[in-house]
Amino acid sequence: MEHGSFSDNSAATFSLTDEDHTLANSVRFTLNQDPRVTFSGYSIPHPSQARVNIRVQTTGDPASEVLKDACQDLMLMCRHVRSTFDKAVEDYKASNAVKAMKIDSKEEDSSDSEDSE
Amino acid sequence: MAEQDEGRGKEKKFSIWDLPDVPMGQLPPHLELQRTRVLCNKDAPIHTESIQYSGAYSSIGVDNSVRLDNFCNNFRVEVIQLNEDDMVFDMIGIDAAIANSFRRILIAEVPTMAIEKVLIANNTSVVQDEVLAHRLGLVPIRVDPRLFDYMSENDQPNEKNTVVFKLHVNCKKGSPRITVKSDELKWLPNGSELVKESTANSDSSSKPETYTYFSCSQESVPEFVKNPIAPKYPDIILAKLGPGQEIELEAHAVKGIGKTHAKWSPVATAWYRMLPEVILLEDVKDDLAEELKSKCPVNVYDIEDIGKGKKRATVARPRSCTLCRECIRGDDWEKRVALRRVKNHFIFTIESTGALPPEVLFTEAVKILEDKCERVITELS
Repeated sequence: MEHGSFSDNSAATFSLTDEDHTLANSVRFTLNQDPRVTFSGYSIPHPSQARVNIRVQTTGDPASEVLKDACQDLMLMCRHVRSTFDKAVEDYKASNAVKAMKIDSKEEDSSDSEDSE
Repeated sequence: MAEQDEGRGKEKKFSIWDLPDVPMGQLPPHLELQRTRVLCNKDAPIHTESIQYSGAYSSIGVDNSVRLDNFCNNFRVEVIQLNEDDMVFDMIGIDAAIANSFRRILIAEVPTMAIEKVLIANNTSVVQDEVLAHRLGLVPIRVDPRLFDYMSENDQPNEKNTVVFKLHVNCKKGSPRITVKSDELKWLPNGSELVKESTANSDSSSKPETYTYFSCSQESVPEFVKNPIAPKYPDIILAKLGPGQEIELEAHAVKGIGKTHAKWSPVATAWYRMLPEVILLEDVKDDLAEELKSKCPVNVYDIEDIGKGKKRATVARPRSCTLCRECIRGDDWEKRVALRRVKNHFIFTIESTGALPPEVLFTEAVKILEDKCERVITELS
């Protein structure tokens, strides 16, 4: 739900239901990073009601476009985080598997072995 | 920026940025310190907010925005420890807002299965019905919640949205007291066995109606044949029975999220901390070095010999620093040691309760944030 003025669509307040700080803070961060934005912020009108108001003011572009771009950026960041994380976990598991094999072979080689960690 | 006297043609245009030692397009070091580090002083930390506004340094010509390609180039993940139930990993190059969103989603919005409805046939123990039902709800169940659907109020409980457990324990008269542990919860892959008492005309030919409507056994799913559904920990005490007491009940587990009730939270907890940075501002020698090393309770500092019997303190393990600030407590120590935190380096710890392994949990949490963004985008267009 967008509250703005018909004449000037560069500033608007977006009221999202069923949302809280989780999404609003991240969207506010990506909005701030956009150079077209002069002001962005969010507020929660009442903590018992799951509603968030996000305010966007831009240097001329329509506010809804800028918000959409910010959400797209956030989605792409999430995808990148996910792929980097998966790759890091795979690398860790692979290197651990190699280490475990090396430790096994070392234990086999030394007949009376002390603690080998 | 530069002041120019018009009309005085002889005056050359002078800009301080042309001086050879001013770094171009970069922040001066004290501002860079403010932007990227939290300074943990003796009384309170300063510069804790992250400077997110893209035009924050526009007056000196520095662009503060992190464009997507910059982010993708600078972002790194390093896994430090990965076990079956917990993991520790580093995320470098991300902002606190997004790291906090991941933490919130891990705790409250990743779905799990937990016992919700308990049909009690007989309970003569000292543990009341509702207390026993509450305890059953908190038992973590080792099943992948992605294989199930949510159950709303109008749905019938069927094999796609319910897991049924049975608990029947009896302590005979004359035998000692027994403790009911969670391994007594037996999985019923064919659905409920308690028969509903229907009122007048019950069709005598077909099977009696039970509380769930399973059209096929859950054992037909190969995943459940390999890993049968059971509570993750078999030694959780549910109740204690004296002689002559009996508990007979059936528990239905459904899918839910931690926001509704904490029993559906998939993590014991998940937290992050910023990487601590310990800097020695001046050389700490000899006695002072010994004193510094003994002050720290987690052994961040080490002594190294620099010859001629002189010793010097070095920072060996800044990562284990708990910021107890013991090393800056006495007089004058604040000018020798600086404690800081790196604002975009987060050490995440995730402890799973067992339904999903921790790396899968984090991936699911990121997917859920993506879904939220997509929902906003579709609402806007």
